[in-house]
Amino acid sequence: MSTAADPPAKRRLPPLKGLDGGRRSALLAAVLIVFALIFPFFLDSGSALLEDSTVALVYVVMALGLNIVVGFAGLLDLGYVAFFAIGAYTMGWLGSSFFSTRDIHFGVAEFLQAQPGIHLNWLVILPVAAVLTALAGAILGFPTLRLRGDYIAIVTLAFGEIINRIAVNSDEGVFGIGSFNLTNGRRGITPVDKIDLPLVEQFTTLNIRPWYWTALVLALFVVFINVRLRDSRIGRAWIAVREDEIAAVSMGIPTVRVKLLAYAMGAALGGMAGTFLGSFFNTVNADQFEFSFSIFVLAMIILGGLGSIWGVVVGALALSFINTRLIPDVLNEVPSKIGLDFDLTQLGFGIFGFLLVIMMVLRPQGLIPEKRVQAELTGDEGERIDPIVHTRAP
Amino acid sequence: MSTPETTPETPAPDLGPAILETQFLTKQFGGLTAVDSVSFKVPEQRIVSIIGPNGAGKTTFFNMLTGLYKPSLGRVIFAGKDVTTRRPDQITAMGVARTFLNIRLFGTMTAVENVMVGQHPRLKAWVGGSIVRTPRVRREEREGREKARELLDYVGVSMRRIDDTATYLSYGDQRRVEIARALASDPKLLLLDEPTAGMNPQESEQLTGFIRKLRDDRGLSVLLIEHDMKVVMGVSEQVTVLDHGEKIAEGEPKAVRHDPRVVEAYLGKQG
Repeated sequence: MSTAADPPAKRRLPPLKGLDGGRRSALLAAVLIVFALIFPFFLDSGSALLEDSTVALVYVVMALGLNIVVGFAGLLDLGYVAFFAIGAYTMGWLGSSFFSTRDIHFGVAEFLQAQPGIHLNWLVILPVAAVLTALAGAILGFPTLRLRGDYIAIVTLAFGEIINRIAVNSDEGVFGIGSFNLTNGRRGITPVDKIDLPLVEQFTTLNIRPWYWTALVLALFVVFINVRLRDSRIGRAWIAVREDEIAAVSMGIPTVRVKLLAYAMGAALGGMAGTFLGSFFNTVNADQFEFSFSIFVLAMIILGGLGSIWGVVVGALALSFINTRLIPDVLNEVPSKIGLDFDLTQLGFGIFGFLLVIMMVLRPQGLIPEKRVQAELTGDEGERIDPIVHTRAP
Repeated sequence: MSTPETTPETPAPDLGPAILETQFLTKQFGGLTAVDSVSFKVPEQRIVSIIGPNGAGKTTFFNMLTGLYKPSLGRVIFAGKDVTTRRPDQITAMGVARTFLNIRLFGTMTAVENVMVGQHPRLKAWVGGSIVRTPRVRREEREGREKARELLDYVGVSMRRIDDTATYLSYGDQRRVEIARALASDPKLLLLDEPTAGMNPQESEQLTGFIRKLRDDRGLSVLLIEHDMKVVMGVSEQVTVLDHGEKIAEGEPKAVRHDPRVVEAYLGKQG
């Protein structure tokens, strides 16, 4: 009996003096946020590490968006790249000289005023993209409503591929129909306007700091949205649908609305991240929107812990840095040193797959598991023992 | 050998106006008729039972009442409104709550959270309000949590247990939480699918006492599916017997118990 009751206690961190669990994690979060805020001052304003950190933060936004769909509502979405694409194209369409016959400007710098095309401020494009992708999310959700589990994955996968094909094939007519150039195919839309915010220094390719801070604010905002939604009536409804759809609907939860809302919210966050990356990479082209990207984001949330907000943040940062720094910079020398001749970056996905397998064996609940999922996975009866009864009966 | 088809009519006593009524309710799965043209009424503030041997179509009947199955034929009328084509969540919002034969709590949620899910149709917070957490949403959450605690206390779950994850609760507590969750939507009609399944005789007796208390305290109508004859006879004011999907008897418990067709359905044909 005593051995069965011990392990959960051991897993906990030793408590900091005078702080309960909630305040301790709040303090930790505050320290990390302050560090993240001042981090750019330790680096050169155009350094590659800062650039990679910026991308990592945007991936956090995407992963948290997907976490709403997969982690909270339990709808396995393999087509998340579609929302990245729609967000990025919205940025391309509304913030570049691509539609050169139009001449619309709003809230942009003077040198852009002189250029043809549609040039709107990012702050305008951001909500437009959020609404567009939310609609796309609801449209994607619709055919999956009657489906469960793996079948949802197949439909969403197909949706991602459809958007990708449209992106590739819409340089002469939308999907080959007509002659309108919507996406410029693989050549893509480039250059894309830089984000331009009032009261903030100029966003350029040489000065990454404002990009970084904007991404950080976006990520924190999305963490906040995730936390608030999780601890609300909506969040409970999502989790109820994930746990038992029949019971959920019998408790008066309108499952259709609740599921569509999850798709729409998740998609909107992906779209917002898409506008940022479109501007940051200075190009929006069809090759960015491959199926593998959906898997990449999914791997982040599985690595971090499905449904766990802080886990997903850590998972996204970890995989992003493994992708942009560890593999190309640190490990790339390894094959040649041991006498093999290949480029390790080509094996990126192999390495991610390997990591996931290791994770599933060692820690299936993710790096920082959600407490609910942990209970489900460990599910061991020993933990049920009431400590009060336990001390009374030695 | 031949048993004379004596069908002593046991006219259902008049127990007042009906909160729920079914008319010729039928469900066919392919060629199988699971429920065959059942018409019956649940009078307001009464405890009514549906009994019948395994496979008699009781749970199928229940699932049609709550909208989980669409009837092949017939109508369901709740509180004077035809709800035959309504969705399950709409029917719940109108005031029908249920428990399940095989307990279906949300396993990874705590007892309190489970009950709060039950309040879903009575709360209003939506996306904007939940993110901003307006004073109104705050108050709603606080009151909801408080009400959930009260309900759990009411059904007899120890206050030490209410923040435990549902899977870690004892079997009896899980049953209690399920009833609290059903009550959380402020139902007018409570449907209990074999609530005493897996309970020992004392626990069953406690529960039947509790069902009566529920009805008296809250003015609920209760519809029970039961297997256990003792429970049914003790608590119900009207009993309906299903066999092979058909209604074979209806009336006061005492009368139904001696109905030869009921005896036959349960014990087999004599002679």
